[in-house]
Amino acid sequence: MPRIAVFISQRLVKAVFVVLAIAVFNFFLVHAAPGDPAAVMAGEAGAADAKFVEQLRQQFGLDRPLYEQLGTYMGKVVQADLGYSYRQQRPVFDLLMDRLPVTLSLTLTSFVLALIGGVALGTLAAMRAGTWSDTAITVVGLTAYATPIFWIGLMLILLFSVNLGWLPAFGTESIGAGYTGWAAFVDRLEHLVLPVVTLGLFYMAVYTRLTRASILEVRDMDFVKTARAKGLPEWRIVSVHILRNAILPVITVAGFQAGHLIGGSILIETVFALPGIGRLAFEAVLQRDYQVLLGIFLLTSVVVVIFNLLTDLIYSLVDPRIEVAP
Amino acid sequence: MTAAVITPSRRKGSGFWRAFARNKGAVLGLVFLLLVVLMAIFADVLFPTSPWDMTAAPFEPPFSEDALLGSDTLGRDIAAGIAHGARVSLLIGLTSTAVAVLIGVCLGAVSGFYGGWVDDAVMRFTELFQTIPNFVLAVVLVAIFTPSLTSIVLAIAIVSWPPLARLARGEFMSLRSREFVQAAVTTGQSNLTIIWRQILPNSLSPIIVSASLMVATAILLESSLSFLGLGDPNLMSWGYMVGAARTVIRQAWWMSFFPGIAILLTVLALNLVGEGLNDALNPKLARKGRA
Amino acid sequence: MMTVSNSNAPLLDVRNLTIDLPRGADRPHAVEDLTFTLERGEILCVVGESGSGKSMTAHAVMGLLPKAVKVSSGVLRHDGTDVLSLPESDQRALRGGRIAMIFQEPMTALNPLMRVGDQIDEVLRYHTTLDRAARRARVVDLLASVGLPEPDQLRRSYPFRLSGGQRQRVMIAMALAVEPDVLIADEPTTALDVTTQKQILELIRDIQAKRHMGVMFITHDFGVVAEIAHRVAVMQKGKLVEIGPAAEVLNRPQHPYTRQLIAAVPHLIEHREAFGADRKPVLTAEKVCKTFHIGGGFFTPGRTVVAGNQLSLTIRQGETVGLVGESGSGKSTLGRSIVGLIKPDSGRIMFEGVDLLSLSRTAFRPYRRHVQMVFQDPYASLNPRHTVGDIITQGPIAFGEDRGRALEKAKDLLKLVGLDASAAERFPHEFSGGQRQRISIARALALEPKLLIADEPVSALDVSVQAQVLDLLEDLRHRLNLSMLFITHDLRIAAQICDTIAVMQKGSIVEIGPARDVFGNPQHAYTRQLLDAIPGKGWSIPEDVMATGRHGAALRTSA
Repeated sequence: MPRIAVFISQRLVKAVFVVLAIAVFNFFLVHAAPGDPAAVMAGEAGAADAKFVEQLRQQFGLDRPLYEQLGTYMGKVVQADLGYSYRQQRPVFDLLMDRLPVTLSLTLTSFVLALIGGVALGTLAAMRAGTWSDTAITVVGLTAYATPIFWIGLMLILLFSVNLGWLPAFGTESIGAGYTGWAAFVDRLEHLVLPVVTLGLFYMAVYTRLTRASILEVRDMDFVKTARAKGLPEWRIVSVHILRNAILPVITVAGFQAGHLIGGSILIETVFALPGIGRLAFEAVLQRDYQVLLGIFLLTSVVVVIFNLLTDLIYSLVDPRIEVAP
Repeated sequence: MTAAVITPSRRKGSGFWRAFARNKGAVLGLVFLLLVVLMAIFADVLFPTSPWDMTAAPFEPPFSEDALLGSDTLGRDIAAGIAHGARVSLLIGLTSTAVAVLIGVCLGAVSGFYGGWVDDAVMRFTELFQTIPNFVLAVVLVAIFTPSLTSIVLAIAIVSWPPLARLARGEFMSLRSREFVQAAVTTGQSNLTIIWRQILPNSLSPIIVSASLMVATAILLESSLSFLGLGDPNLMSWGYMVGAARTVIRQAWWMSFFPGIAILLTVLALNLVGEGLNDALNPKLARKGRA
Repeated sequence: MMTVSNSNAPLLDVRNLTIDLPRGADRPHAVEDLTFTLERGEILCVVGESGSGKSMTAHAVMGLLPKAVKVSSGVLRHDGTDVLSLPESDQRALRGGRIAMIFQEPMTALNPLMRVGDQIDEVLRYHTTLDRAARRARVVDLLASVGLPEPDQLRRSYPFRLSGGQRQRVMIAMALAVEPDVLIADEPTTALDVTTQKQILELIRDIQAKRHMGVMFITHDFGVVAEIAHRVAVMQKGKLVEIGPAAEVLNRPQHPYTRQLIAAVPHLIEHREAFGADRKPVLTAEKVCKTFHIGGGFFTPGRTVVAGNQLSLTIRQGETVGLVGESGSGKSTLGRSIVGLIKPDSGRIMFEGVDLLSLSRTAFRPYRRHVQMVFQDPYASLNPRHTVGDIITQGPIAFGEDRGRALEKAKDLLKLVGLDASAAERFPHEFSGGQRQRISIARALALEPKLLIADEPVSALDVSVQAQVLDLLEDLRHRLNLSMLFITHDLRIAAQICDTIAVMQKGSIVEIGPARDVFGNPQHAYTRQLLDAIPGKGWSIPEDVMATGRHGAALRTSA
């Protein structure tokens, strides 16, 4: 399908530009950080005598003009070199790659569940607009939307872990339990339940509201009246005519919010002590490890760009008019 | 022979309040919000001692003699912390929203009014900021520029303006092509007059609604930052209280429970007020009315 | 298909139908005590202005009323069966099965995400037992029968690929899918261009005759009625005021309201004298060109639309020049270029010896007051947040007039356009569409222009109001010796008000000349095609109705 190919290559080019722009932005953030980067680095490395600082300055080209430094930096970024963390004594990129799987599994699971749940609840609420079930869904949604997710996490731990003892509260697996095979898998799943629910709840509320509003709008459109005039059964009108059209704005917003979801994982991983990117960010904040922090910023941005590409792809499969959209 | 049939009230205000008051949740939210504001204003009267001072024994449960909502690990009064924390939440919520509105509306207005390459450039820039994971950026900014009231406000504003810019752009764009604006052009009014007198007043309702909802989001962002220890170290805040109590959740639930409830209710109230505003100012209903 | 046909009963038998509006509406009933029948093989036109309840009636028959609106009394029989008392599943079988409907807006009436073939297929799936292959063959047949080219390919198209006329054909094919015996057409040609309208009307008439269907055709246009109706029902504010054979109602209308409506129908006047070519030109457009570029990006070139190709015309003092064309012909582009809302790519627009296009923004400003514009949509052209007084005075104040004096003048202007001076203190939403258009005219006149550009100024109004606004414009131009460029898609309106007519097609003026010549002896094929497509051209408004109705006092009150 050339139409989709053109569309996707357009988006790809755009994505590359976005990533480059973010990298430039990142570079300037490094330079905006207070204090002399060399001194900061020296401090991180645990030595602060003037000679060492000067040596670092030369080693990292900090005595060069800014544009030259930018060039060097961009060159490194392209080669996936995000600098070195003196605190952790490892290259930043390696650190990030170690932590990425946990974060991805957390955010993706939450996202999928939130989307499915949100669309289902939003549809239910819209189809029964004005009844008690609509009110109930709306009230619960509003509350979930207003609750800080770190606090929800803590309260869920309090309830399910401390008081009821149903689910584990921290980490990704029971350390020292020596589970293997199926048992280990179940154990890992159990550890994922609370974090996923916590992160997903908020976004489920978002998608519920969105779906509900979108359906209420589509419901009044002319082509739905046409479908009624054709004598189609109600379920068919809802599923084929209303829902498919109503889902489009939900996809758009969901794509835009991928970044928020990853931001949320900083809080979730902190609360549930999961060894992901988010937890790494929290540690980096505590230790003022700017190299790691900026690496995280760049990596998460790239993840979001990739995610947006995927949503665009899905969108182009759902909406035949894509080529007329900007 | 040509008298208009309807003579609605001249005073626009009364109609607005009636529409707002029809939404029970919004009124409830507004009342609660006023209470929070009063609590913030009179925090020093209610709890004269600093919220950082030890006023009770550590780990006092709620409803004990010298700490209504209990005390924390260092014997600080949770209730006092909540009262003083309201100041920080409201202050940061309002100022950062104001900054975000300023940035967003200016960029959006320019983009929507002038169109063409200006619009292209501004929208690319906005999209870039919308792609960047907003909370991660806020964390990075506050961490790099060291946590303080200013850096937090600016960080929240910087990550919050893009939706407003898009909204303002959309409004300006659609109004720009509306016939009454073109009529203003043909009757020789200047661009500035057109923006100020013709377009802005008509695009204000949706902007006000989103701004009110944005205050809620800003308060959530602030609490998340201070939960991570990126709050202003000199100011007691709700997020900080939850963050500090995180590790003792097994022993002392009240330390994180009450500040969290404070955040929840305040944010909920703001959202309800926002919805009420939306109902009262809803341009869609007005548009439907004439069809 | 499922019920046994009772050949004695009329196809549709509506008795004492009353439909309640929700509380808070401007009247208690949408439709009140309505009784009529629709017989096999006839086209019944239901005519009325907006708010007459004609559309509600159609929706009630289909069981498609909005939730807040309910049938409170009356009987609705289809082929002898009481429709309203049927269980929902039987009503559904009726909808799309025995009774089908087509709507006004072909652009929004089809599901944008579904191929048109699939949308037709859906009807077959739920109303027949045909298998996939048989259904597919039937879809192709149907598309071919409504005159769509290459039906086998078109079947796989999405609606956005089709033009308005094509979409309406798809809607008709869909309605015919299971050979219903009643077709309800709710203003099916209102959103279409006049040449497309003609084709769709012919199609409906053909199909109706071939299949011996009963068609309930809802319209506001007596021209269309004259073209297609066997019988006519006239509705006013929810009540049926007159019903009878088409020839009777059209030529010997009884009820005053019918007479009023018919008198207001714009019609060709062929007695207008040619305008003196010796008068001084006010404005001359010379070879104005404008091309719009739409969309496009890195990989896609985007589309270009030629909206102006070497446009030249002259407007003389006191002359009204009509710019006529179908949608997308570029007729608005020239008007907008003259008032400076659009910058043409090349050409000259000479006004009092100065080329307006060569002027900078600031140098152009003084000329703005001489050329003013009246817009199409009376609801969008007035700022809802300003008082009428503000709206009218903003222009003069921008040109340095004293506020108090400007307001005095605004009040005089309001009187001039037939409104009360007290209107100045009120807001636009307190006025009806026709009144707003009067305000719009007052605003344009406030700057004492020499030239007025009127861009479809009456096309959003009901016919009776339309006639009044046209009368007002005609009156003003003589009183103030105004020159006018009158842009319209409706040749009948142009014929009524214009001295000179320019016909536009795809960005070019294909014919220009005195109105009498253009209408009496059209030279260009496209002009002939347009004239030929005017609905109801074979019918002339009865003389006695013209005389009594046109300036009747009753007419004035509705605006």
